[in-house]
Amino acid sequence: MIRKTVLNVKEALDGIEDGMTFMLGGFGLCGIPENAISEMVRLGVKNITCISNNAGVDDFGLGLLLKKRQIKKMISSYVGENAEFERQMLAGELQVELTPQGTLAEKCRAAQAGFPAFYTPAGYGTEVAEGKETREFNGKMYVLEAAFKADFALIKAWKGDEAGNLIFKGTARNFNPCMCGAAKITVAEVEELVPAGHLDPNQIHVPGIFVQRIFQGKQYEKRIEQRTVRSRANAG
Amino acid sequence: MLDKNGIAKRIAQEVKDGYYVNLGIGIPTLVANFVREDINVEFQSENGVLGMGPFPFEGEEDADIINAGKQTITTLAGASFFDSVMSFGMIRGQHIDLTILGAMEVSENGDIANWKIPGKMVKGMGGAMDLVSSAENIIVAMMHTNREGESKLLKRCTLPLTGVACVKKIVTNLAVLEVTPDGFKLLERAPGVRIEDIQKATEGILIIDGEIKEIEI
Repeated sequence: MIRKTVLNVKEALDGIEDGMTFMLGGFGLCGIPENAISEMVRLGVKNITCISNNAGVDDFGLGLLLKKRQIKKMISSYVGENAEFERQMLAGELQVELTPQGTLAEKCRAAQAGFPAFYTPAGYGTEVAEGKETREFNGKMYVLEAAFKADFALIKAWKGDEAGNLIFKGTARNFNPCMCGAAKITVAEVEELVPAGHLDPNQIHVPGIFVQRIFQGKQYEKRIEQRTVRSRANAG
Repeated sequence: MLDKNGIAKRIAQEVKDGYYVNLGIGIPTLVANFVREDINVEFQSENGVLGMGPFPFEGEEDADIINAGKQTITTLAGASFFDSVMSFGMIRGQHIDLTILGAMEVSENGDIANWKIPGKMVKGMGGAMDLVSSAENIIVAMMHTNREGESKLLKRCTLPLTGVACVKKIVTNLAVLEVTPDGFKLLERAPGVRIEDIQKATEGILIIDGEIKEIEI
C-alpha cells in the first residue's frame, strides 16, 4: 500500500503559489473542497486561475476567494449565482472563460487520461468555437478542444482511505472524479478517512493512483443553495 | 393563452413511455409535474443523477443530492448517480431521448440563444451547448414575446448563439410550432388565441397550413 495521507489541510496544500492554476471539484456548492478553499483564503495566494464549474456564491465557496480578489481568471460553465463575480467580470477586473459544461468535464478527463485534445459538437457555430479548429465527421461538425493543464486539483469526496481511494456521495460526485489526476498534484479532502482495507475495492469510484495527498476535512458546512421542499400536509 | 403551467402541461404530452428526459431550468422543470402516471419516464439532471424524484419533505433535504438548478431533490427506485463526464457522455452520445429547455430567442432555422446578453447578463451556458449540439429531440419552452413585447421567434437570433439549427419544436404561451426548412410551422394555437395574434408575435416566417386546432391540456 502506498500511503497518501497528510496530517491536515496545511500540509495538503504545501507548495501552492501565486499565479498557479487550480481545478476545484463541485457543482454549485455541492461537493466543493471547503477546507482547501478556506486554506487558500488564509494563505492569501493571489493571481490564481480556477477551473471550476461554478464560482460559488457571494459569501461561500469560490466566492470567498473572489471577494478577496485572489482570482485572476475563472474557467467555468455557469456563474449566475454570484453577484460579485458578475460585477468583477463586467468591470473587466476578472478574466472569464466560459466553457460548455460537458466540454469542461472532458477537458479535465483528457488531462487525466493523456489525451491532448478531443472533438466535441458542443459550441459549434457559437462564439465558443471562435479561433478553434473545426472538423466534419459523418456529416456533423465538431470543435477541437484542448486538455486542461493545472498545478493542483482540489477534490472533495465522502469517504477515502490511506491509499487515496475515493468514494463519493449523491450528486456531490460531479466534477470531482474527472479532476483526480488531471493536475500535477491532486489533493483529496474527505469527510471520513479510514485505514486501507476498510473500503470495499468493488465500491471505489476513483483509485488512489490519481491522488497524491488525502486528509480528513473539518467542519463541513455543506450549504444548500436552493432549499426546495414539499409539505407533508399536501402529500397524497 | 397558456400560463407557465399550461406550457409545461402541453409539453408533458410529448413525453413518451420509456423516455430518458433532460429538463432545463424554469418552465421545463414544471413538465415533470404533468407527465402521465401510467408511463415510465426517467428524468436526468446533468449534474449527475438519473431517476430524479420530487422535492424532499421538509427536514429531509440532503445537501449532497441536488438537481442542475441546485435545488434539493429526492431519487426514485432505480435511480443512479454518476460523474460529470459520464453525464455528458449520456447527452453527447444521444442516450437521452428528449431535451426540454428555455430560450431567449429561436430563429426560423432552429438556432437557439439562451446564455448571454452582451454587456448585461452573462451567466454562462452551463450544459445547454452540449445538450443542443447533440440531442435529436429538442423542445423549447418559452414565452412567445419578451418583456418589451418583442417576438422571440425570429428570422435570425440577435443574441450570441447556444447552438445552430437544432430546435425541433417550440411551445409558447400562444402556440405549438415546428421548425421546418421553410420556417416556423404553426401546429396548434392556445385556447382563445387567434392566428392573427400569433402572426403578429412571430417575426420569423410563420407557415399556416390547413386548419390549426386548439391546444388541449
